[in-house]
Amino acid sequence: MSQVISIHPDTDFKDRSRTVLNNPGQRKNFRGAMDFLQEKRRGQFPDQDELAGLRELGATIRRYSLARLPQLLEQLEKNLTANGIQVHWAETADEANAIALNIARKHNARSIAKGKSMVSEEIEFNHAMAAAGIDAFETDMGEYIVQLAGEKPSHIIMPAIHKTKQEIAALFAEKIPGIAYTEDVDALIRIGRQVLRRKFAEADIGLSGVNFAVAETGTLCLVENEGNGRMCTTVPKVHIAVTGIEKVVEKLEHVPPLYSLLTRSATGQSITTYFNMISRPRQPGEKDGPDEVHLILLDNGRTQAFADEQLRATLQCIRCGACMNHCPVYARIGGHAYGTTYPGPIGAIVSPHMLGLNATYPLAFASTLCGACVEVCPVKIPITDILIRLRNEAQARPGSAKASLRGSGAGRNNLVSAIWKAWSLVYSRLGVYRLTSWFMSRGRDLSPTEQGAWTRCRTPLKPAPKRLRDLLKEKK
Amino acid sequence: MNARDNILGRLRATAAVAPPLPGVGSWYASHHRNEDLSQRIARLRSALESSHTEVHDTTPVDWPEFLLDIAAKKGLRNLLIGEGTPHGVTLEARHPENLQLIRYDHPIDSWRDRLFDEIDASLTLARSAIAETGSLILWPSIAEPRLMSLVPHVHFVLLDVSNIHADLHSAMRAENWKESIPTNALLISGPSKTADIQQTLAYGAHGPRELIVLLCHRG
Repeated sequence: MSQVISIHPDTDFKDRSRTVLNNPGQRKNFRGAMDFLQEKRRGQFPDQDELAGLRELGATIRRYSLARLPQLLEQLEKNLTANGIQVHWAETADEANAIALNIARKHNARSIAKGKSMVSEEIEFNHAMAAAGIDAFETDMGEYIVQLAGEKPSHIIMPAIHKTKQEIAALFAEKIPGIAYTEDVDALIRIGRQVLRRKFAEADIGLSGVNFAVAETGTLCLVENEGNGRMCTTVPKVHIAVTGIEKVVEKLEHVPPLYSLLTRSATGQSITTYFNMISRPRQPGEKDGPDEVHLILLDNGRTQAFADEQLRATLQCIRCGACMNHCPVYARIGGHAYGTTYPGPIGAIVSPHMLGLNATYPLAFASTLCGACVEVCPVKIPITDILIRLRNEAQARPGSAKASLRGSGAGRNNLVSAIWKAWSLVYSRLGVYRLTSWFMSRGRDLSPTEQGAWTRCRTPLKPAPKRLRDLLKEKK
Repeated sequence: MNARDNILGRLRATAAVAPPLPGVGSWYASHHRNEDLSQRIARLRSALESSHTEVHDTTPVDWPEFLLDIAAKKGLRNLLIGEGTPHGVTLEARHPENLQLIRYDHPIDSWRDRLFDEIDASLTLARSAIAETGSLILWPSIAEPRLMSLVPHVHFVLLDVSNIHADLHSAMRAENWKESIPTNALLISGPSKTADIQQTLAYGAHGPRELIVLLCHRG
């Protein structure tokens, strides 16, 4: 039996992981960054009781908001509309892009300044705009670097975490006209500031994400350190915000605990530099701010997660990234290996709803189930339970009761299923068990010497010459 | 059926049971620090300073002195002020020699490039502040628009120290934000910054490089 049993046939993910694992420089970048972020977070929660209480409160707010999601979305829409903000609904990424494109065409827009938004990555906004001849440019320093390099973010909070300052210095010198090579971080940031200031002043539209949408007041809240989010939502004449439908909370007072959990868990800051709350477009007499504000509410598979009580917890996420910062798998393979917009543990549980299990099920297996992510999650998402559930969904027989998601059964392997079925038969019937173990111990010399991945660096497994049962008999 | 109906329809098809209303108020009440004003000022100051903000103690009489002095030391050429604000008028009345005062008195659309290219600094009021996190609360207005606290490289903020709340939750509650939320409300907790290059902290990413708070003590 020299054939290697391939339990999870998706090789793309494994290939990508292998590439990173063989790149010591990149592994060092990730390890260093993860150690840094873990340490920073730890410093923010010296009081374990306070942390426990705040997490419980945060989880309750998120569960409460999700349980009332349809009502809250309607309330949000009503109040935003009353405030003069136009609300759009999109079932898919394509629909969301089409809505944005329509708005852009109406204003003859040629350039769009983008604040950091993972949902815009999720819908591949930049591509859709480029295809229509519109320049959508990133303005968050990390996103700007990643876009300049023609890459995608490798982390949801720190997009350019995989790059060293030497790589960024070389990139700037190569791509920005008139810039000499410098590794001085302050100088690099000054360069980015100068380039982007010009572009902010000229952009036709600003695009942003949303961290929290408050239903009772019709308010969009944005969290950031750089000020580019404020630029995008204040300087251009039109502001388009795009968000997943799960980001809504009912009351303004639900925001402070979530905001505190978000910044402390994400980057270990007690607060970010800016907290930007937008409730209206520019009002008569006001001298700046956009004349039009739009909100695009995106489903893109979220209603599938919502429909299942266990999987609904996935939508509690406030996108802090603490789960990836503490994940032993993410720390080793980095964000790009996942091949999805959202990497790490949260990516493994949220991506199947957006892309289908067929494209994403190997991610559910890319976990040791150590539970570090569950321990640090500020809103207490039971990530490991959900990973196990997704593994079962991936192996389920299509059409069976256990297959409830798009792409369920995509990871099913008939050989493996047959082996487990036989195993369960043997271990649940005494007679069969005794007979099997008797044959195994007597026929042990027939065991294969090649046992797939096991024998790559270990001696082959062999059944014992005598069963426990036989040994006990001899003792008497 | 449109996207809206489809999405809401799918959500409504699931009967989700809501847990009881989260006890946000009681959590904050049980974690409230019983601090007097001087303790809140001290906490605000230390949080602001740890986020790289310059803080000065001033009075309603001498704050312009401080501002002009700092502006001279930093070599600022001009200062953007609001239209018809009491503090703007106070500064104008002094006719500072080496600091040109520029009023934000017409819509941005006609002078965007000048704001981005020529303005060194600005002065705005903070309506209040948060001791816990060292945050200034600004509600930009017709008199002091949104970009004043964002585009100029140096941002001066005048804060009456009697308006310092313990935390964000008490600020929202005490000021009744629910009923009066403006077009744009802001918390500002330091100068603009980023750590996007190899986790190295750098100030002045896109917004002000320097944030200077003039704490105004009355009596």
